Amino acid sequence: MKKQRLIIRTVILLLLGAAVAYTLYANFTKDEVQKVEVGKKAPDFVLTDLNGEKHQLSDYEGEGVLLNFWATWCKPCEKEMPFLNSQYQAYKDQGVHVIAVNVGESQVAVSDFSKRYDLQFPIVLDKDTQVMTAYGVDPLPITFLIDKQGNVVEIHKGQIIAEADVTEMMEKIKP
Amino acid sequence: MNQVKCECGHVNPHGTILCEACGKIIEDGTQITAEAVIDMRYEGSARRSQTYNKSMIDKIWNFFSSVKVGVWLIIVTLIASSLGTILPQEMYIPNIMPVAEYYEDQYGWFGRLYYDLGFHNLYSSWWYLLLVASIGVSLVICSLDRVIPLYRALNKQRVIRHESFLQRQRMFGTTSGSVNEKSYELAIQQLKKKRYHIREDNGNILAEKGRFSRWGPYVNHVGLIIFLIGSMLRFVPGMYIDEVLWVREGETKVIPETDGQYYLKNVDFKLEVYDKEKDNEAFGDALDKTGMVAKNYQSDVILYKTKGNTVAGEEPELEEVDSSSIRVNEPLKFEKFALYQVNYKLDELSKMSFLLTNKSTSETFGDITVNLYDPEKVYELGNGYSVQLMSYFPDFEFGDDGNPTTKSKVPNNPAFVFKMFSPEKPEGEVSFVAIQQTIEPLGDNEYKMAFNGIETKDVTGLTVRKDLTLWIIGLGGLIFMIGVVQGAYWNHRRIWIQRKGDEVWVAAHTNKNWFGLKKEIQLVLAGTEINEPSDQLKDNQVDEGETD
Repeated sequence: MKKQRLIIRTVILLLLGAAVAYTLYANFTKDEVQKVEVGKKAPDFVLTDLNGEKHQLSDYEGEGVLLNFWATWCKPCEKEMPFLNSQYQAYKDQGVHVIAVNVGESQVAVSDFSKRYDLQFPIVLDKDTQVMTAYGVDPLPITFLIDKQGNVVEIHKGQIIAEADVTEMMEKIKP
Repeated sequence: MNQVKCECGHVNPHGTILCEACGKIIEDGTQITAEAVIDMRYEGSARRSQTYNKSMIDKIWNFFSSVKVGVWLIIVTLIASSLGTILPQEMYIPNIMPVAEYYEDQYGWFGRLYYDLGFHNLYSSWWYLLLVASIGVSLVICSLDRVIPLYRALNKQRVIRHESFLQRQRMFGTTSGSVNEKSYELAIQQLKKKRYHIREDNGNILAEKGRFSRWGPYVNHVGLIIFLIGSMLRFVPGMYIDEVLWVREGETKVIPETDGQYYLKNVDFKLEVYDKEKDNEAFGDALDKTGMVAKNYQSDVILYKTKGNTVAGEEPELEEVDSSSIRVNEPLKFEKFALYQVNYKLDELSKMSFLLTNKSTSETFGDITVNLYDPEKVYELGNGYSVQLMSYFPDFEFGDDGNPTTKSKVPNNPAFVFKMFSPEKPEGEVSFVAIQQTIEPLGDNEYKMAFNGIETKDVTGLTVRKDLTLWIIGLGGLIFMIGVVQGAYWNHRRIWIQRKGDEVWVAAHTNKNWFGLKKEIQLVLAGTEINEPSDQLKDNQVDEGETD
């Protein structure tokens, strides 16, 4: 009887403890719940770039893709652009692509910005923020590293501080 | 041996104060009551926590089983909750600078301290959640530890009670001499009329009613626990969604969290205000005092569903599902979602028109209309005149480096760099045009872009809400109230009429409302030879509240 009571108490306490632990865990990860998860397939999308060319993510299978979400009004985005630009040129012949998704801005504003920074990589326009919603992006900037199988390898939130970080990213998704 | 055998033969768990069966006071050295009236709380049963305190599990159990601990947990949580209201929480502050700086900037050293202590996000901090969770744990364990022994004691009680139990009830009296059988029968009849359940044993009577009122507090706790579970489920992905959706008039946007399945078009947003002329004249004075008073916020919208599978970014094929008007408290509902009217922005710039004008002659050469969400690159005006839009800043400001930049993608303060081509200036003249200012960076121009009017659109701010936990929370609330009613509006009353030798003893107990019990005893014993019991606490004028 004494033993039985101990078992009942232990079970009840474990149940309560598990409920509390789950609540705490869920609360602390709620901000990190992303539509897109590391290790899972990146959602496909089709967007048109500044030159009118269509880019579909699934067409890049077999090669690595650095997918960057940005906007011209976003200062941290502006700062990381030159790094992306020079690393893009270094890696474009090694099977790593850079696709920069501009979120909700006009062609004129974006192409003017692109010209100012002489950006070489394709910039696609997500005018009605469909792709941004599909990727659950907030806030900008955010960078997704997608490997040759189309799976997300890493999600980098916020500004990329140094060019070396971009190199490291490129190496990770080099096919 | 952790059990105590009473002289009536019943075996009680260790810690019992009054024998579960006969009610005799069990004196194990710790519980000797010198009082005239015994403490009937939990029927004198052994609260489980008191039994032993040996293993770690028992220690944790006993900690949470204490009502004192429970009350302290509630007090501490109350204080913590109030601390979170001193300054606004992080989610309510404007997103203009880093959070830490904002608190220091707005509230000085106190704001800094508030931030450093983590109070800016108090309600989702680990320690706050732990406090609330501890209250939940305490609730479960306290209830279990009391309701089971109480149930046992009430279930096992015998009709014949020990003399010491009867003598030390608050209501007690004796009748000496012979009491005829008719008196008994009359008493039983009158008890039955009062809806008492009668149990008889060898000429002794136990009359009882309203026992279920004793379960009220525990039903109430079950409700609270369901309520807590409901709020916990909000953290489970997919159970609770609360997103913001801004849609301009004429714009069609994907509704977040619907996996790209649903789109919403804002046809029109209306803000109506009370009008002194048209509305009830009773409002006249109030309107004079306060000025504008909103009457209605309304978005006329069309809900679309996508047909087939489209890849994000592709133009989806849309099928109209519903068209309705969203007003405050009148959401548009579809599937498990509801769209609520929560915000708006009137007159956001949408188009701007300019006239290409010769500065000296004021002659105009056609006008252009710039769509501020999606401007064109070149505006052809014919006869050798055209305007090229070189740069566009929807929310213009000068950056740190002195160059024009934009603060956001919203056209709050649009600025343009135009290149104007004319037969006289085929290589073009550059003009920087912003609201109320024109800069000619490359020297004096012959032509200018003269401002020629604007078009605006309203923007509606909606909340996308899905809450699958609401019915659980509602159910918890309902059970909570049932428990309150059960415990508050019924009383658990017992009347013992027992023969001891040639005397008849009457004792009575209730968990509340002693006055009512006394009245009832009067009625029950009216016309019998049995004396009414007296209130042993009457002199002290003590009126007990709930004993549970």
